[in-house]
Amino acid sequence: MADAEKDWISRDHLKCSGCRRCEIACSMRHEKRIWPEASRVRVFMLVPGVEVPHLCAQCKEYYCVKACPFSALSVSEKTSAVIVDREKCTACGACIRACPGKIPHIHPKEKYALICDLCDGDPQCVKVCIKAGYNALRIVREAPSVSHSLFARTPEEITRDVAENLYGEKAEELI
Amino acid sequence: MIGGCAGKYLDIDLSNEKITKTRIKDSVLRQYVGGRGLGARILWDRLGSKWEKVDPLGPENLFLTLTGPITGYFHGARICVTGKSPQSNGIVGSTVSGEFAIELKCAGWDGIIVSGRAEEPVYIFVDNDEVQIKSAKHVWQKDSKTTLKTLTKEAKDELDNRHKKLGLQKEPGVLYTGPAGDNMVRAACVQQKWSHAAGYGGYGAVMGSKNLKAIVAKGNGPLPAVSDPEEVEKLIQEYEKLSLSVSRDRIRRWGTGYVGYEVGADRSSEPVRNWQEEWHDEKSIGGPRFDLRYWVKRYWGDYGCAVTCMKLAVVKAGPYKGAITDNPDYELEAYLGPNVGVYDAGGIIHLSSLIEDLGYSGINGGNLLAFATELYQRGVLTKADLGGLELKWGDVDALAELAKRIVSRKGNYFDILAEGTYRAALKISELKGVNVLPYAVHVKGVEIGAHGTRSDEDYTHDVCYACSVQGGDHTATVSDAYGDMGTVFSDSAVYCSVIAWGGGLNGLDWRFMRAVTGWDITEEEWKRTLGHRIVHIQRAAELLGGPDVRWEPLKDDDNPPRFYEPLPSGPHKGSFITKEVMDRRRREYYEAIGWDEDGIPKSSVLKKLSLPDVDKALAKIRKP
Repeated sequence: MADAEKDWISRDHLKCSGCRRCEIACSMRHEKRIWPEASRVRVFMLVPGVEVPHLCAQCKEYYCVKACPFSALSVSEKTSAVIVDREKCTACGACIRACPGKIPHIHPKEKYALICDLCDGDPQCVKVCIKAGYNALRIVREAPSVSHSLFARTPEEITRDVAENLYGEKAEELI
Repeated sequence: MIGGCAGKYLDIDLSNEKITKTRIKDSVLRQYVGGRGLGARILWDRLGSKWEKVDPLGPENLFLTLTGPITGYFHGARICVTGKSPQSNGIVGSTVSGEFAIELKCAGWDGIIVSGRAEEPVYIFVDNDEVQIKSAKHVWQKDSKTTLKTLTKEAKDELDNRHKKLGLQKEPGVLYTGPAGDNMVRAACVQQKWSHAAGYGGYGAVMGSKNLKAIVAKGNGPLPAVSDPEEVEKLIQEYEKLSLSVSRDRIRRWGTGYVGYEVGADRSSEPVRNWQEEWHDEKSIGGPRFDLRYWVKRYWGDYGCAVTCMKLAVVKAGPYKGAITDNPDYELEAYLGPNVGVYDAGGIIHLSSLIEDLGYSGINGGNLLAFATELYQRGVLTKADLGGLELKWGDVDALAELAKRIVSRKGNYFDILAEGTYRAALKISELKGVNVLPYAVHVKGVEIGAHGTRSDEDYTHDVCYACSVQGGDHTATVSDAYGDMGTVFSDSAVYCSVIAWGGGLNGLDWRFMRAVTGWDITEEEWKRTLGHRIVHIQRAAELLGGPDVRWEPLKDDDNPPRFYEPLPSGPHKGSFITKEVMDRRRREYYEAIGWDEDGIPKSSVLKKLSLPDVDKALAKIRKP
C-alpha cells in the first residue's frame, strides 16, 4: 500500500518564532523531561531570527533506512515514520551520513539514533506550534511524494535561504 | 539536590586561569534562590568587608552570571548578570533573555562566577564538563553581529568536531559584549543574539575590565530534574493557557512597543528631548507603525516562550537600509525616538540597531545621547568640544555619530560622556563652570527607564526609582516593600516577567517554584522576609559605594531635578510630584522596608533577618 495517504510535517521557517516549544513537547513525550539535544525536532539558530526547525521529512526514498547496516530502521506501516529499534541500533551514524539534511542524531546519553516517529500519528510539536498560532509546523496529508526529500536539507543550507528572504542583501554579512 | 538546579557553579579566576567547581549550600540557596538574590549574597560574602575600596572596573570585582531554579521551566528563559555596578557602585541584578541560560543548565552548571582579569582578551568556552579559557583577540573591539557570528561559528565547528559521533550539534548559547564593553563604557550591556541585552548596571564594562569578551556554552544533558514532574507538566499547560488567552493578545501581537504613542500622548510619561517634555502627539510611532513596513517576523521569542513579544524588524530600503533590531521594544522606541527628537520608525530602528552593534545600553546610552544633545542645545557643549559634531534633536546621523564616538572614548568629551550621565555631569560642570546636574536624569548613577513620574498616570509613581536599590531600573521599581518584592523574585528565580502583562500571574510563578524546587517557600514568606534580605544587602552595598562616588540617602533617594519641573505641555501640563510628597513617601518606604530615618537598614531588622555581617559593615556609616 505504498500510495495510501499519510501525514507528514510541513515546515514554514519564515513563521518559526524560535520559541522551541516543539523541542519541549517532543522531549517531554519521548524523554519525560525537557531535553533540547534529545528532542527529535531541534531548532537551529545559526543566525538570530533564522530559526530552523530540523526534523525528519519522511523522504519517499528513505535513504536512512536503506543505509542502516543493522536493519535497525524501519518504516511504520501506520504512519510512514522511520522507527528506530533501540536494541539493534549501534549509533554507528550511517543514517546521519545517508540523510541529505543530516537530520538524525544520536541520543546524548544512550546509544541509539533519534528520528521523528510522528508520535505514532499525533505529533506533539505540531500541536503546540498551531496552538500558539505560528503554524510553522503543520500536518500535511498526502500520498508519499518524492518532493519530501526537498525538505531534507542541512540547517546551513536552509539558513542561507531564509536569511536572504528576511535580511535581503544584508544576509551575506550575517552568515 | 534541589529540583531545577544542576547543583554546581563554575568559579573562574581569569588572573590565574584557574577553573574550579563550586557548590553552594542548600540552606543558602533556599534563602537567596538564584540570580539577583544569590548574586547579592555571593558578592557580599566575597567583597563585603572591603566594598568601598573595590573598583567595579578593577580585577577585584566579580562578574556573575546566574540562572535560577525555575529558569527553563517557567517559560521565557533569562539569565541574571551582576557584580559591583560601575554605574551605582552598589549591586544591580540585570537579566537578559536567550538560550544561553538553557545551555548552561543543560551543561550542568547553575551559574558562573568570574574573578580576576585576563592578561589578553579571552572568552570562556563551556562544553558540558569541559571548560576552557580561549583567546578572543580576533573579536576584541568587534561589533556585536561580528562577535556573535564569529564565536558561534567557531564554537559550533569545534562542537561538531568533538561530538562527531552524535551528528550535528545545535549552536551554543553566547553571552557577550560589544565594543562598549571592551572600552569599559559604563553603560555597556551584556548581550545575547543581537538585540537582547542586560543594560542596567553596566556589566558589559565589568566584562571588558576583565578582558572577557564572551562566555559560550553548550549543554547536551536535560534540564536538571524537578521535584514534582507531574505538577510541573500541569503547570506548563496552565502557563500555555494563560499566555495564549485574549488578555495577552496585544503583547503577543505588538510587543511592548505597542505603547510608543500612548505613553506620550495619553499618559504623558514618555521622555521627550531628554525629559524636557513627557507628552507628544506624534502618530508616526507606536507598535502598528513599525509592523507593516518593517517587521519580517511578528512573533519572535526565546526558549519556551509562548508570548513571543519580540518582533524582528528589518529596514530593507531607504537611508537606513540594513538596520536590524527587535520591535524595537517600548524602551528603545522611546529612548532612541522622542527622547532624542526622532519620530521616524526607520530612524529609530537604525539607532537601535547601531546601539546594539556597539554593545551600548539602549536605555542608559539613549539617556546619555539626549543629555549631551541638551547640553549642546544650551550651548554648554560646543562643536569644538565635539570634534566638529553638531548635535540637533532629531538628527539621526549626528546621534549615530555621537554614539560611535562615545563608545570609542576617543576625544576628551567623548571619553567623559562614556562615564555615564551622572559622572559626565559632574565632570562637565567642573570643566565648564556651569551646573549641568539639573539635566542629568538618573537615580544613583543608573539612568531612568522610559517611564516618568510627573503625570502620575503611569505605573511609575513618586519614590519608585528614588528608593529602589537598582536606581533608575524601570523593572525594579518600589512602592510598599511588599508588592515590589515580586520583581526581586522574578530576578532571583530568573524568569521573564512579561507574561504577567495583561492581568498578572495569579500565583503561577510561586506554584512553579514549589513544584520545581520542592521548597515550601510561599509568596508571603518571600515578600516579608526572603526578598527583604536581598534588598538590605543591595542597600548596604549601595550606601557603602565607592571608590569614586558615594550616595547620601536623604539627598540621593530622590527624583532627578528635572522631575520637579512642572510638565510644560500636554493634558497634564503643570503636573509634578512635589518635594512634600516625595519626603512623605520616602519616610513611608523607609518605615516599610525597615530603614532608619537616615535611610540605613536598622540594626534590629538586620538582626532579625540574620544579617549580622551587614549590620557590622553599616556601623561605619551610622550616625553616632
